This record gives sequence, C-alpha cells and structure tokens, in this order.
Amino acid sequence: MPLPPELDPWAKLRATTRARIGLGRVGDALLLKDVLEFQLAHAKARDAVHTKLDTAPLKSAIQGQVIEVRSAADSREIYLRRPDLGRQLHPDCEALLTPGDYDAVFVIADGLSATAVSLNAVPMLKAALNRLHDLKIAPVVIATQGRVAIGDDIGERLGAKLCVMLIGERPGLSVSESLGIYLTYDPKRGTRDSARNCISNIHGKGGLSYDMAADTLAWLMREALHRKLTGVDLKEEALIAAPETAAALGTS
Amino acid sequence: MIPMARYATSFGGETYRFDDLKSVLACASARRSGDELAGLAAQSDAQRVAARAVLADLPLATFLNEALIPYEADEVTRLILDSHDTEAFAPVSHLTVGGLRDWLLGYEADSAALRALAPGLTPEMVAAVSKLMRNQDLIAVARKCEVVTAFRNTLGLPGRLATRLQPNHPTDDLRGIAASTLDGLLYGTGDAVIGINPATDNVPNCLALLEMLDGLRQRYEIPTQTCVLTHVTNVIEVMNRGGAVDLVFQSIAGSEAANAGFGVNLGILQEAREAALALKRGSIGQDVMYFETGQGAALSAEAHFGIDQQTIEARAYAVARAFNPLLVNTVVGFIGPEYLYDGKQIIRAGLEDHFCGKLLGVPMGCDVCYTNHAEADQDDMDTLMTLLTAAGVTFVITVPGADDVMLNYQSLSYHDLLYLRSTFGVKPAPEFELWLEKMDMVDRKGRMRMAGPQNKMLQRLISAAAA
Repeated sequence: MPLPPELDPWAKLRATTRARIGLGRVGDALLLKDVLEFQLAHAKARDAVHTKLDTAPLKSAIQGQVIEVRSAADSREIYLRRPDLGRQLHPDCEALLTPGDYDAVFVIADGLSATAVSLNAVPMLKAALNRLHDLKIAPVVIATQGRVAIGDDIGERLGAKLCVMLIGERPGLSVSESLGIYLTYDPKRGTRDSARNCISNIHGKGGLSYDMAADTLAWLMREALHRKLTGVDLKEEALIAAPETAAALGTS
Repeated sequence: MIPMARYATSFGGETYRFDDLKSVLACASARRSGDELAGLAAQSDAQRVAARAVLADLPLATFLNEALIPYEADEVTRLILDSHDTEAFAPVSHLTVGGLRDWLLGYEADSAALRALAPGLTPEMVAAVSKLMRNQDLIAVARKCEVVTAFRNTLGLPGRLATRLQPNHPTDDLRGIAASTLDGLLYGTGDAVIGINPATDNVPNCLALLEMLDGLRQRYEIPTQTCVLTHVTNVIEVMNRGGAVDLVFQSIAGSEAANAGFGVNLGILQEAREAALALKRGSIGQDVMYFETGQGAALSAEAHFGIDQQTIEARAYAVARAFNPLLVNTVVGFIGPEYLYDGKQIIRAGLEDHFCGKLLGVPMGCDVCYTNHAEADQDDMDTLMTLLTAAGVTFVITVPGADDVMLNYQSLSYHDLLYLRSTFGVKPAPEFELWLEKMDMVDRKGRMRMAGPQNKMLQRLISAAAA
C-alpha cells in the first residue's frame, strides 16, 4: 500500500528526479506493482524500437515535396545487427536523389525509435524551417531503417552543404520518444562522427523543447555555413560565443 | 605441404584450415554478433569447434612470439610484451592453451598460485584459454582469483561483494543526485564507489558534482570513494583547480588506435595517475584509477585490427593493470545488439570479461546491463548477476529501480544487491560494513533496515536530504 504523501518521507525527494527512488520492498525484492510498471515501460521501449515507421501521416503533415528512401537493411533484425547496412542508401533509391543548389537538406530517419519520429519529427522540422527562410532547403527526405550516416550519402547526392538528420534516439524506460538532431557540414560518405554536432533529448516529457532545439540548430547551421565546418571545433566555438546554445549540445 | 598447416586440423573426418592466429582465436570464440559484423566469426558451428581444437594444441609461448598487432605499431602490444614476467610464467611456460585450461581447473591452482601466475600471463593467453572454457569453468577459476585493492576501504576480499552506487540524473541536478545517492546508501550500496556519469561533461560541472559528493561523504563519514566519470583530460584540469578527486576515471580499450578514439594514451593515463597520487586522499590505500571497458569498443572505433572482440577486450585489462586500478568494470550489455545480440551473448561475455580480468590480476567488476534494442530483459540480468556473484565478482553497478534515467539503459537495482547478499551471504567491504552498523542501518540479522516511517533514524536522514 502506498503511503499517504504526508507520511511518505520520499514525497519531496521524488520531485527532484525521474529516477525510481524510494521504492518499497518485500523481503529483498521489489514490490509487484513496481515490477509490472517496469515491465510495461520496457515493453513500450521495445515497441518503439520494433514498430515500423508509418510514413504516410508524416508526408501529409509536411505539406511539401518529400522523397522517400530506405537503407540497405531490409528488416529490423538486420538493421539491429548490421549498423553498416543502416548507414547505406539502398541502391534502388539512388536515382530518386538528384543534385541541386541547396544550403541544407532535412532527413527524417526512424533510427531506434519510430515513436519519436512519429511524435516529434514534423513539429521539430517546422520549428526549424520557420527560422531558416533565407536558406535554400532541399525537399525533405524520409529514410526508413536508417542510421545517422545515411544522411551523408543523401546529402552528397543532393549536393547539399549541410545535412540535418532528425532521428529517433535509443529509447529509455522513462522516455521512449526522444528525438535527436545531427548536423553535418559537407556531408560525404565516410564522414566521421566527430565531424557532426548533436542536439539530443528532444521530447515532450521534460526534454528539450522544439523551440529551444530549433534556436540552437539555426545558430549552428549559420555558423557552420559561415565557418564551413561542423563537429568538435564548432562546439568549442559555441562554448565561447553562445554558452546557452552550447548547453543544448550533447557530450558526444 | 600446405603452408598454413600449423593452423589446421582434421576433425570428424574433415580438414579445417585457418589463415592465421587471429583467425583461430576469432573462430574459436563463442558466437556473437560483433564478430559476425566484423566478418571474423566462424562460418559454422563445426568450424568453431575445430578452431577450438586447433587452439587447444597451440603452445602458450606462441603468444609471446607472434604479436596480434605489430610491436612497432601499437603501444598496447609493447606494454604487454615488455611487461611480461618470464619468472611468473615459468610454471605454465611448457603448456599448450588446452594444458593451461586443465592447469587452471586443477586443485593445485589455488589463490596464491593464481596470484603469482598473473604477471606471467598475457591477455591473448587468457582470452585464448577462456574460449576453451564453459561458463562453469569461467566461474570456478575466477572464484579462486583474489585481487585486493584499497583506497578508503578494502575491496576484493573473499566473501565480499561491493557495489558502485550510480546516482545519474538527466540534468545533473544536485538534489536529484543526492536523493538517488541517499536511496542507495539505505540499501547499503556504494562501497566500491559513488560514481556519477555527468550529463554535461565539462570542468565547472564536474567541480560542482565532486564538491557535493565529497561533502556528503564527509558529513556522514562514509568510508568510500567518490568519482565523476569525466574524461581524463578534464579530471586533470579539475585537479589543477583543486577539485576533490578521489579516483581518475577513463574508458579504455585494447589497442593504441582504439584508445586514441577515446582521446587517451598510456602517457596521459600515467600523468593523471601521478596527479591523483599527489593528492594523497586515500586513507588506507592509494589505488586511484577506475577504468571501464567493454567488448565491441575497439570494433566500433574501427581499431580492432581483425582481432575478435573478446580477445581485444582482454588486451584492455593489460592497459588497466599497468596503472594499479582500484576498480575496473566491463559495461557488458551497454554497447548494443550489433556486438552482443541477446541475453545469452551478454551473459557469456560478462563471465569471460570477469574471468580474463581476474586472471590477469585486475579488480574486475561488471555493469550487469542491457539496452532496449537488445534481446534481453531483467531475467537475463538476474542470471548474470547470480553467476557473477558465484564467480566472486569484485563489484556490480546499482541504480534506483534498475533504470538509469540519464544513460537510458537498465542495470541492476539496489534491491538486487540485497538479493545477492542474502542468497550468497556476501558482505560489503569490511570498513563499509562497520559504518552501516555504526549508522544503525542494519538489524541484528545483518539485514538492511526498511526505510519506512517506523524507522526514526532513517526518517531523519531522508528529511534532512529533502530539506
């Protein structure tokens, strides 16, 4: 039986963290209600990993030209075992991407959470585009069974100066719908991860808001185009020039 | 005559040939997705067994004469070969890999014999023999290894199981971290270290976290050590600024190139260790290093040199032991299903890593864990923690309710420690055990008291933390 809040010594402390603190126990074991709650959270996280991304609602919500591509990983199991295939564009899709004069391309990929993309990708995209009216943006690309680096191939084929990848992050128990953004200047196949900037933890359960993320992204994109780079050096720059922006950047 | 005859065998009427030593090792490894990803794994189960038969007949000295990564090209290889202790190796120098397996399982190979042997073994020998051992063999031999280290308490004594208390928070909120820490202390966890993975990895933030942890430790006079797991270059800067650094943490791997991927080399580790030693913060020992490792790290950095993930992981322990660490743990299920696909692979890897570390003389612990994209769940963690405790693991990692809300993966819960203590009768580090008694947190049967409303002392602690 849960204690009434005035008797529960943990009530105040629980407000300070999402961590599962102050759980009771029976003998040495967790209470059954906590075991089942945990199992449900795990089930939801696994569903986020294994659910197939439904692209139709995304396409209609984007309300513009959308190119749909897929990676060389044909199934979820192969996708999970073979990250190399998730980074490669499927050969059948190459012809869909024709070069143009673009400052940036936005790529939406399911990554490890289709749930994150379904919930957050379009509002995030719109918040970003609202701040980028002066840039030449390529048609949005949706990539299924995709990992971050598939954006390199896509960006290179489109001739975009920047690739902005919106991708579902690996789900946790408390949040299974977190979206990440990876920004890469001069995307080319074989680009190293250290040459990207990452804004992570974008979601509606106490994560970074679309507006905060979009402000950071817009700043980074303009700096990247100006300085012709992304990655560690741009992050260092952000730490000095715009510490509030830098605070939103991931540690990787 | 076939030139590669040395790595061939006739087995069950078929002949199997292997290109080189690396290939024998890789094919002999238990099946795992990382070796398949790297294109190194055995092509069939029969080929896997054949590789084991070839490996069993190789003299141990092979590994001293044939470096898997060239001596000239890799400082980890140089460290391994230059620090090899011929005298310690003598008792087994005449043996094959299969002979070593039998020797290790024999009754004469007791704790003292294994301790004396450790400097004579290279990681490649240890990895090789582990591939010939079933899970029970890995447990039985690791259990005989005693690796004792000390800082403010003594870790690794027989019959003890220590824990890292990991109070991570998604935004490094100090009160949230303190709350998770207090919760863990009430379960009697935290004797190995109270260690935070910072969400924001910079020097000012690390200073703030360390100050809070050190304040908590001093206020309650807890005989343990604290750590913020930041990059070694950050911790050097933190020490320059007078931060309360007990332990230097770093993730390491088994090749110079993979370590470069982590932004470290042997020189910078040595520099950090010397700086930490100069602070003289240990009360009963001066083991100041804490390392994390994990199978797949080298491959993910594209720095595995065609070596299977278990063998190159063992090389990381040679890096660790050069710096007299207080703690080392494999983060076994953290890396994801492309390296360890499911519970079976994670469990086997956890036992291998623990065995290899202990045999090399490293104070080996384990983060018994998995991610949500792996085919694993808490039942697999129950199995692995139970097996590792049977194997005498130095420490495990615990987080509130098994859910790390910052790193987004599942480890063990504080509750799990209580299960392990009651089931196996294992105790915390002796100094920490005394502290728990002094704080009246343990009842007369040695069980942790419930932190419910009936317990006034614990109520006061919790209220003080919330105030």
